[in-house]
Amino acid sequence: MNVTATLIGQMLTFAVLIWFIKAFLWEPILNALEDRKKRIAEGLAAAERGMHEQELAQQRAKEELHEAKKQAAEIIAQAQKRSAEIVDEAKQAAVEEAERIKTAAQAEIEQEINRAREQLRAEVAAIALAGAEKILEREIDASAHKKVLDELAAQI
Amino acid sequence: MSEASAPATANPVEYIQHHLTNWCIGCDPVTHKPAALIDFNAFFVDTWLVGALLALLMMVVAWKVGRNVDPDKPSGMQNLIEFVVEFVNQQIEDIFPDRNNKWIGPVAITIFVWVFLMNAMDLIPVDLLPWLATLVTGDPHHTYLKVVPTTNLDTTFALALFVFGMVVYYNIKTRGVVGYIKTFLFHPFGKWLMPVNIAMTAIEEIAKPVSLALRLFGNMFAGELLFLLIALLSFSIWAMPGQVILGGMWAIFHILVITLQAFIFMLLTIVYLSLAVTDEH
Repeated sequence: MNVTATLIGQMLTFAVLIWFIKAFLWEPILNALEDRKKRIAEGLAAAERGMHEQELAQQRAKEELHEAKKQAAEIIAQAQKRSAEIVDEAKQAAVEEAERIKTAAQAEIEQEINRAREQLRAEVAAIALAGAEKILEREIDASAHKKVLDELAAQI
Repeated sequence: MSEASAPATANPVEYIQHHLTNWCIGCDPVTHKPAALIDFNAFFVDTWLVGALLALLMMVVAWKVGRNVDPDKPSGMQNLIEFVVEFVNQQIEDIFPDRNNKWIGPVAITIFVWVFLMNAMDLIPVDLLPWLATLVTGDPHHTYLKVVPTTNLDTTFALALFVFGMVVYYNIKTRGVVGYIKTFLFHPFGKWLMPVNIAMTAIEEIAKPVSLALRLFGNMFAGELLFLLIALLSFSIWAMPGQVILGGMWAIFHILVITLQAFIFMLLTIVYLSLAVTDEH
């Protein structure tokens, strides 16, 4: 239990040790810890940002989907409307075509009737002529009474 | 030479005294003690050598770890050191007001780890290293080796006076020489009780290193003495279980003591230095 020159030796050791620890351990370790703290903070911030962005993206996707659905509905509605129109137009066209065909058919029938009438008239004239010939026998000159006969035929 | 064959525990007083004697250069050749209480002609080789070897160990580890610190993947020793550094740094942040001081951290961690390691020498069986030394020298009676540096006033006072020097330095740095002298004159009772102030403040300042040194020394010396007393139980084969059990229990308890004393030394150092850099009196 004495104080000796060892005191000075221990002090020197202590001083050197402090310097060494400061230079080679304390500062590098503290820097590393600081560095790590910063990196972790940055990482957490980046994660936060990413999450926020993802949320935004989801929101946007939802909106876009909504929009798309709306557009699709619109397109379908338009298509339905258009198809109804097409059907209507087709109906209209069909009606018109039917009308036209009917008119043409009537005109043809009319023609046919006229032709038949013409024929009949001719035939009636001939029959009448033949009948008159039979009745009158030679008394009637075909050419002298042709005018009368034609008038008769026109009246039929 | 007849003494040599007798068991060491046959003479308990001599056994203990032998263990408490340092390997000394410049001591009295008969008593193996320094001539006076304060004798700068004597030098305790064992105390200094163990302290220096432990310091060297710290330097090697610090060098190896500090050279390639990996902030991303701390592993092994770096983890342990990071834990200690963060622990010490936490104490400093809690107590020490000056964030920019570059030296308080290294000083604190050096005290903590070095004192802890020197204290931990106490846990080495008391006869192991002296026995190894005897193997080298071949002379059990004149081989002295006191392993624990902190059971020696030199070590504890070296640390305490170093801290005291820092306290004085920071006091003068913070307040100036005049300001530091003023704290002696006008603190704590104002200018009308100046002589009392001087005595009080001087005692207060000197008590810091003395209490630091004596607390550590006392704890470690008592601890070692108890280890020696327990070791004496080997006088008989029947007492050996008692020695093993008591020695084990005391060693386990002593782990707490050595850690606590190292921590207290470090903490008080931080406190004293923080008082020195705080300019309010």
